[in-house]
Amino acid sequence: MRPYILQGHTRPLNQVSFTREGDFLITCGKDSNVNLWWADNGERAGTFNGHNGAVWTTDTTYDTSVLMTGAGDSTVRLWDITNGDELFKFQFHEPCRAVKFNVGDTMAAISTDPFMDSVSAIRLVKIADDSSEQSGEVLASMTGPRGRITRILWTDLNKTLISTSEDGCVRRWDVETGKMIQEEQVHKATIGDMQMSVDGTHIITASADQSAKILDSQTLQELKTFSSQVPINSAALSPTHDHVLIGGGQEASKVTTTSDKAGHFEARFFHKIYKDEFANVSGHFGPINTVAFTPDGTGFASGGEEGYVRLHHFDADYFTGGN
Amino acid sequence: MLSVEEEKMFEGQPRGFPFGDFDIADVMLPDGDTMGIPSDDEEEEELIETETGFGHIVVVDNIPQVGAEKYDKLTKILSKIFSASGTIAENGLNHPVDQSTGLSKGFAFVEYENHDQARTARMALDGYQLDKNHRFIAILFDDLERLNDVPDEYQEPPQKPYEPATDLYNWMGDRRGRDQFAVRYGDETEVLFNDVAQQNPQKVKDRSFWTEAPFIQWSPQGTYLATVHMQGVAIWGGDDFRRIRRFSHKNAQRLAFSQCEKFVYIYTDIPPEGRQAPRFALSVYEVTTGRKLRVFEGSQEDHAVGAARRPDGGMAYPAFKWSSSTNDGHAFLAVMRKNAISIYQAPEMTLLDKKSIKADGIQSFEWSPADPILCAYQEEQGNLPARVVLIRSPDREEVRAKNLFSVADVRMAWHPQGDYLAVRVEKWTKTKKSTTTNLELFSMREKNIPVDMLELPNKSEKISGLAWEPHGNRFALIHGSDPQRPSVSLYSMKDPKSGALGGVHHIHTVHNRSVSSLHWSPKGRFLLLAGLKQNGKLEWWDTHDEVSVVGAGEHLMATEVAWDPSGRYVVTSVTAVNQMENGYQVWSFCGQPLYKVSKDRFFGFVWRPRPECLLSKEKQKEISKNLKKYSKRFEEEDEKLLAAVDSELLAEREKMLSEWNSWKESRAEWAEKQKEGIKQLLGSKWVAPEEEYIVQEVEVSAIVDVREQKVESQ
Repeated sequence: MRPYILQGHTRPLNQVSFTREGDFLITCGKDSNVNLWWADNGERAGTFNGHNGAVWTTDTTYDTSVLMTGAGDSTVRLWDITNGDELFKFQFHEPCRAVKFNVGDTMAAISTDPFMDSVSAIRLVKIADDSSEQSGEVLASMTGPRGRITRILWTDLNKTLISTSEDGCVRRWDVETGKMIQEEQVHKATIGDMQMSVDGTHIITASADQSAKILDSQTLQELKTFSSQVPINSAALSPTHDHVLIGGGQEASKVTTTSDKAGHFEARFFHKIYKDEFANVSGHFGPINTVAFTPDGTGFASGGEEGYVRLHHFDADYFTGGN
Repeated sequence: MLSVEEEKMFEGQPRGFPFGDFDIADVMLPDGDTMGIPSDDEEEEELIETETGFGHIVVVDNIPQVGAEKYDKLTKILSKIFSASGTIAENGLNHPVDQSTGLSKGFAFVEYENHDQARTARMALDGYQLDKNHRFIAILFDDLERLNDVPDEYQEPPQKPYEPATDLYNWMGDRRGRDQFAVRYGDETEVLFNDVAQQNPQKVKDRSFWTEAPFIQWSPQGTYLATVHMQGVAIWGGDDFRRIRRFSHKNAQRLAFSQCEKFVYIYTDIPPEGRQAPRFALSVYEVTTGRKLRVFEGSQEDHAVGAARRPDGGMAYPAFKWSSSTNDGHAFLAVMRKNAISIYQAPEMTLLDKKSIKADGIQSFEWSPADPILCAYQEEQGNLPARVVLIRSPDREEVRAKNLFSVADVRMAWHPQGDYLAVRVEKWTKTKKSTTTNLELFSMREKNIPVDMLELPNKSEKISGLAWEPHGNRFALIHGSDPQRPSVSLYSMKDPKSGALGGVHHIHTVHNRSVSSLHWSPKGRFLLLAGLKQNGKLEWWDTHDEVSVVGAGEHLMATEVAWDPSGRYVVTSVTAVNQMENGYQVWSFCGQPLYKVSKDRFFGFVWRPRPECLLSKEKQKEISKNLKKYSKRFEEEDEKLLAAVDSELLAEREKMLSEWNSWKESRAEWAEKQKEGIKQLLGSKWVAPEEEYIVQEVEVSAIVDVREQKVESQ
């Protein structure tokens, strides 16, 4: 499985994600670019130009018509995926870190960083069916704890939100009341990524404390722990197999100059239930910042600190081998 | 308990000390349990040094009693002897005479200029053999009072209850013949069995804060484990690693056992006060009894010679080295001084022949690992050439000497069984601008100890490493002009064709290797080439008939290599000199990676040495001949263990799987509801997951195994 190496970013990648149908890969990075790629051959299908700050995250609507991006330039923008036009711009006073559409795409949750006088917050906005009627009004703000909120997920049929923070906590919020209803100190250091299983029963968190954990999405109870010898920046759950994919690496500032092996920049595969590592894929020469499985589980993409995206399709023996 | 106000003050803070909410009983240690931390109060209280004003005075006893006719002569001799170790104060020698008999009283008071001199003099004079019948006893005047307190009548010491001795060799009876090792990391010290069949080390004993030093040390035969503490050194052994003995020595830093394990010295480097030279203190103990045999104290300057010299005038390492032991249970402690070498015989700790061996310009010395012979290097002195001498103890005879010219540096490497000695000589070229290296090879077991010289074919090459093959006649060299990519060569002291001893014969050379050190298996034959502190490249050679590479590997940033005493396994480790990758990796003798253990702040890995094999050579040969017969049992056991490990792993997996499945089951209903809810929320947009993908079931055939079998035809 020779990977496609996608060169569309000049600075570290922040997130790679596949659209629901699995035909596109969307990547964003610190160079303020957002790129759209064909998932089967790695050709670039388009770009979304307009941000002038690091783009931290992207999300698409269920029908893959609208793309939402959150960036360090204090804006969240909606884009027409089909032609790359900017549909709407939410302007905030703080850098925006995580965005997520709810089920049904009627609302979106946006997290903003603590900045100047403001604390970190999750803001809810209404998403109009017709983008010409879209307003920038914030319906509700849930002001948060210390540290940036790095990821948000909707659960319980839009009734609650789960967020992860730089302080290593996973929190649950009631959308109706805007109150925090649960707080768990899951990790000892910043949680860089959180992804949900297809059936929504469990989530995986990736932390700089060199571990990734699977949590019950209802109770936030820890089910499994995967440990590494270097910080973990991102973790993904295979939609089809009991496999977990983990990406990370020694921080760039601590990497020695002797060998790239010292940094452990491999994408590593663990068995979800037995917790042992059964494969790793090297290739990046900087820490891996983000990983994602294709929705059909036949491949994965990883984005590195060095600015490259590697798009892999599994060989036949991935499916025929043990497990 | 806290008051309400206090409770408010410390809201959100952890309870307990210093917030008052704790019970003293909770934090007290149970009686007798020290948590491995030796208490300061345990040691006998040291006598407080009293400054009586007589600190400069030494009392010397056991002087011959003489009449008036010989009195002046004796006093003269005494003052000569006494002033050898310090300056005697004006009228400082008091040699009293008994008026009633006219004879001298047989003791003398000597006053020195200062306390340090007095102490040095006491050490020098105590045990000084004046003549056949008179051996001085010297004490400090300040100690007199203490000695006076000794009751005249003998009091029988209370009988100590009998404690059954522990079996110190318990570990050698391991049924599976495994070897032990000790590791030191963080605040922890562990002793483990190397269990290759289980792909994991098996813990024997672990303790936090077992030692205050960042290292751990076994005695040379592996009987004891030594730990270093503020108060001294403790040795541990037996199946439960109980404390066997303690040797008190303030601020102990290093220790060295004699090869026979009977004696040990403990060394402390005392940093200089003000502008004085650094001092040192060294105590010699008998291991079996715990008896203090002798104390050496003084300025490091006298010993900081040649290779042992630090820029600040101190010793880079103690210039004290133990010899191997003699058959009658003695061992020798050699001490390098300026222009001399002193050899003391343990356990008496007397200076051999009462005098040091004169060795002008001595730079370094090394004992043979097998015989009480030491090799010393004396640098050029004016017109005298540099010399390498071999001196035998106890008769102090010079058994061989070799003169060398225009020498820049000399290094020595003894053969592990003392059969050979290699001396690497670095010589100045005629212009004195650069150097060339060559080897002087001493064959210790031949008559008159012949010396062969080896020069490399390419004179510009430097020899940067040499290793003798244990139990063999060969040695390997690292040489080359580029230190990053040197060559490795193998030489033999035996003619490879005729098998005759004598001469140096080249066997094999490879070029351009990233290697910095050579490590022979302790049983010979296998050689590991390691690129330590570089890239961690490893290469294993089998040198049996022809040299062949049998294994290769890499241990990133490896800093140390250690073969186990049996030559079956070798360990590479990354110690805390590197920030990352700390831990150790176990390899088979031919470079097969076996298992790896990561430990942060890893200080060291030491195999437990084994005592020498007691089987006769014939018996050993017989065993290696019938190895198959013996190895069968072990192989069977290993297989059984592997199977057990497998079934354990399987059971563990089974458990994890069932736990996961039951959890999944408990969430199934909720997930189903979610699915329905999502369908409703999405309304007409919803696409059934089944419609999004085509699920393909593919049949795959694979050949698992091919076997040929003869079928008997009817």
